[in-house]
Amino acid sequence: MFRRVLGKTLGFLGYTVQYGCIAHCAFEYIGEFVACSGPSMEPTITSHDVVFSERLSRHLCRIEKGDIVIAKSPFDPHMNICKRVIGLEGDKICTSGPSDVFKTHQYVPKGHVWLEGDNLRNSTDSRSYGPVPYALIRGRVCLKLWPPHNFGALNQSPTGRIVKRSD
Amino acid sequence: MAQAGAGRRYVRAFVSGFFVAVPVTVTVLDRFAYVARVEGASMQPSLNPEGNVTGSDVVLLNRWSVRNYQVRRGDIVSVLSPKNPQQKIIKRVIALEGDFIKTLGYKNRYLKVPDGHFWIEGDHHGHSLDSNSFGPVSLGLVHGRASHIIWPPNRWQRIEPSIPPERMPLLNWHADATEDEEKD
Repeated sequence: MFRRVLGKTLGFLGYTVQYGCIAHCAFEYIGEFVACSGPSMEPTITSHDVVFSERLSRHLCRIEKGDIVIAKSPFDPHMNICKRVIGLEGDKICTSGPSDVFKTHQYVPKGHVWLEGDNLRNSTDSRSYGPVPYALIRGRVCLKLWPPHNFGALNQSPTGRIVKRSD
Repeated sequence: MAQAGAGRRYVRAFVSGFFVAVPVTVTVLDRFAYVARVEGASMQPSLNPEGNVTGSDVVLLNRWSVRNYQVRRGDIVSVLSPKNPQQKIIKRVIALEGDFIKTLGYKNRYLKVPDGHFWIEGDHHGHSLDSNSFGPVSLGLVHGRASHIIWPPNRWQRIEPSIPPERMPLLNWHADATEDEEKD
């Protein structure tokens, strides 16, 4: 009697471990659901939207300019940030504001990316804390899932800040 | 007919075993422990003391202990390189956020480590690509803590955290602030 209960418990534990590991692999290598908060990506993503971010692009190093990415915050690893990639390594970014007289530029160092929110007036991003290491990126946002009337792929950048290809 | 049945049973057993073994192995390597060979001379004499002549050290990296990004000064940690996201570098933690340190060859001679960052250095100064070249490293890049050397067998040992005394941080804002409060 005791042996049967033990057998059943061990079987149950075995299934839990197996499905837990499969879930971990799915969330780590395929994609995860993210609930966004904050105004820094308006109008593309508004607060309390749920999006799906896929992990394959990050592991295969295929993140491109114009992608919206979820990354760990450089100043607090427990927090995630959702921003758009404006420039990749080697690109020249214009860091002066539109009203400045003298234009300043900065090159994105090797292994880093330049992130900016779509809502330029209300976003703390690489313009304040500098380029972000590529390895902090968690995934690329590819689909908006909630609210239902906005379901689907996400729009291109409305800001026109994406660096043209530098040849 | 009997052979076709046996073959099909083997295929089914192999596939079901595969779908158990691969996710479990991947989860263990991602969450609990990782094994890595140390290359290069940047951590001599602690790791790879004879270079690659007699074979490199293999270390056990504890990934569970860094799941909340808690590292201690003196730990040897593996970190995703800020210069190359597909490479992992293994260095010693010298200073944590808030520490005020003297650097060895960085663009600023003295530096306060910003929030959410830490400072890593190789034990073999001058032969090491570390924070003295690329600055403080974000805590989100930490990969695992090297807890044991597991190969070659004559170098089996537990790795203890230790900082060379000349590299200790000069002062720590947070610690000094709490000391003042306790005195009152």
